[in-house]
Amino acid sequence: MKFGVVVFPGSNCDADCLYAISAVTGQEVRYVWHEERDISDLDCIVLPGGFSYGDYLRCGAVARFSPVMEAVVTHAALGKFVIGICNGFQVLTEAGLLPGALYRNDHLKFVCKPQYLRVEEPNTPFTHFYQHGQVVEFPIAHGEGRYYADAETLTRLEDEGQVIFRYCTADGQITLDANPNGSLSNIAGICNQARNVLGLMPHPERRCDRIIGGTDGKKLFKGILESFMVRAISLGHR
Amino acid sequence: MQYHVQIEITLKPTVMDAQGTTIEKALHKLGHTTADHVRIGKFVTMEIEAASSTDAEHAAAEMCRELLANPVIEQYAVQVVDKEQVA
Repeated sequence: MKFGVVVFPGSNCDADCLYAISAVTGQEVRYVWHEERDISDLDCIVLPGGFSYGDYLRCGAVARFSPVMEAVVTHAALGKFVIGICNGFQVLTEAGLLPGALYRNDHLKFVCKPQYLRVEEPNTPFTHFYQHGQVVEFPIAHGEGRYYADAETLTRLEDEGQVIFRYCTADGQITLDANPNGSLSNIAGICNQARNVLGLMPHPERRCDRIIGGTDGKKLFKGILESFMVRAISLGHR
Repeated sequence: MQYHVQIEITLKPTVMDAQGTTIEKALHKLGHTTADHVRIGKFVTMEIEAASSTDAEHAAAEMCRELLANPVIEQYAVQVVDKEQVA
């Protein structure tokens, strides 16, 4: 299996993602410059955190028009895996690959801290190694991570099981106090209807090594590898 | 002909504007208690080459839909301004 990590001008979590994926999965990972148009060699592409194009206009608004995004849209349409983390999540919503939008935190401050999350849906190629309702701790680091979608979209996300992570307390309670940015329904991460595109504000790649605070993120990347292998076996060309 | 265009982008009324609320509180603290429903937005100006004022307006609206505004959370208003008025 081969992973790619997109590098936009202003990305700053690209090296962390590359390192974490390589260390956790043992698979090949390469950087993908934002001007590349051919990513057909990749099975999973990661849009990392950072401040692509200086966050000018809106977070992710300019990045979505970079050449690589056309390839990412095609990649997603083929059913291959896409993950957007933090700024990457913002890019995916701007590109319309995920519904809703992310905007200024309700308290207007940049928030940077460890955060508890409840896994709402193990039924995705990304989260199947977690238990339903399991509490994990990933760090968050963002100023514009407040998830918004209109009522109709929100209902659809809930009904279809597309809400994957929610901000919660240490014991898994979904409360206002546990919500770090004012996101609707404490939403921290969602997937698309086809369940091959995941976006989340917290940083699983920063929780893949005990030396930097924990390993809760490992299962996510291991989960993708496993999903790919299972899919490859069922397609008969492993 | 070249038209001067002003574009206002604001959060939709249904989307809570934390900046607006905070600024409103600050204004009240300063004694400006008459200020109500404060909303913060973006203001974009540009020159557009077009055959008519209507064409310029349409071109600007197209730019808003494609890039300048995010239709999920934002609304926009386009105004074509008389050049002499700007000067």
